Amino acid sequence: MAKIIVITSGKGGVGKTTTSASLAMGLAQKGKRTVVIDFDVGLRNLDLIMGCERRVVYDFVNVINNEANLSQALIRDKRCDLLYVLPASQTRDKDALTKEGVARVLEELSANYDFIICDSPAGIEHGATMAMYFADDAVVVTNPEVSSVRDSDRMLGILSSKSRRAEMNEEPIREFLLLTRYDPSRVQSGEMLSVDDVQEILALKLLGIIPESKAVLTASNSGTPVILDRESDAGQAYSDMVARYLGDEVPHRFLHTEKKGFLSRLFGG
Amino acid sequence: MGLLDYFRATQPIANAGSATVAKERLQILVAHDRAARGCPSYLPQLQTEILAVIRKYIDIDMNAVTVSYEQSDAHEVLELNIILPDGPTSSR
Repeated sequence: MAKIIVITSGKGGVGKTTTSASLAMGLAQKGKRTVVIDFDVGLRNLDLIMGCERRVVYDFVNVINNEANLSQALIRDKRCDLLYVLPASQTRDKDALTKEGVARVLEELSANYDFIICDSPAGIEHGATMAMYFADDAVVVTNPEVSSVRDSDRMLGILSSKSRRAEMNEEPIREFLLLTRYDPSRVQSGEMLSVDDVQEILALKLLGIIPESKAVLTASNSGTPVILDRESDAGQAYSDMVARYLGDEVPHRFLHTEKKGFLSRLFGG
Repeated sequence: MGLLDYFRATQPIANAGSATVAKERLQILVAHDRAARGCPSYLPQLQTEILAVIRKYIDIDMNAVTVSYEQSDAHEVLELNIILPDGPTSSR
């Protein structure tokens, strides 16, 4: 039985797809059979971030509509044998994701994989509710910014009331916080909500803190999950997050500014 | 921070503390959102049905019924507020 993880946030642009790609790659590199599914029907992007956009033939909706089978639609990652991508459809019909269809695909995948990562679209509409409905675990991606924190809190309410586990009165979804685009220097100067501030409001188990990093854009430019950039702060932070998710005790890094030299303080940089 | 900013001490002071404001605003907002979340989902339908029953007997405005729901530690209060028209009630 695979574990189903939803990457969700409510607000758009906070780093859900970046996180999905890196978590999936990280788990696969740790020897876990992993599949990552793009639930953003109509606006597929995960294939671009994973760098497999030119290999998409069939998609999630094709499989749901029985126009293709899973093995035809799944794209094996060229960097890691254990990782597969199931791309979203570019159809504009948002209701193409039926609950029965999604359930069937997840069940079929569940037999052959250890982890199923569901990359949720922004918002609280159909695609987002389908992505979280069957989840066992949820990673709530949040920026240290008012609208993102508020939307994350709304999302937590939906997770605890409208998921399969909630409806079946099963054990609730395990919820984790991932704080992204964190800028320690702005936190230090009191311009940005700190980890502790966000934790105090959302009261979730902290899975990781991803610092604001140029490496994220560089990685998406080239279609490489940023976790593969081992030199970068964001890549290392994602590696720590994966280890933490798998149960390792890893201290949080990138919480404080690096000490700047006298010259760089004077002239910026 | 560039060379000029280094001497211009006012700017950082103006920005400092905006995170505190953000946190306070969020705490109020989130508390409010969570209170609303506890409401039973049948509330809007309850409101229209109650309105329909009352309108069978009294000619009242569509907006004359307000239903509110409050939750404290030990008890829940469902408050119904119906505004009756001023003049003599005309039975149908």
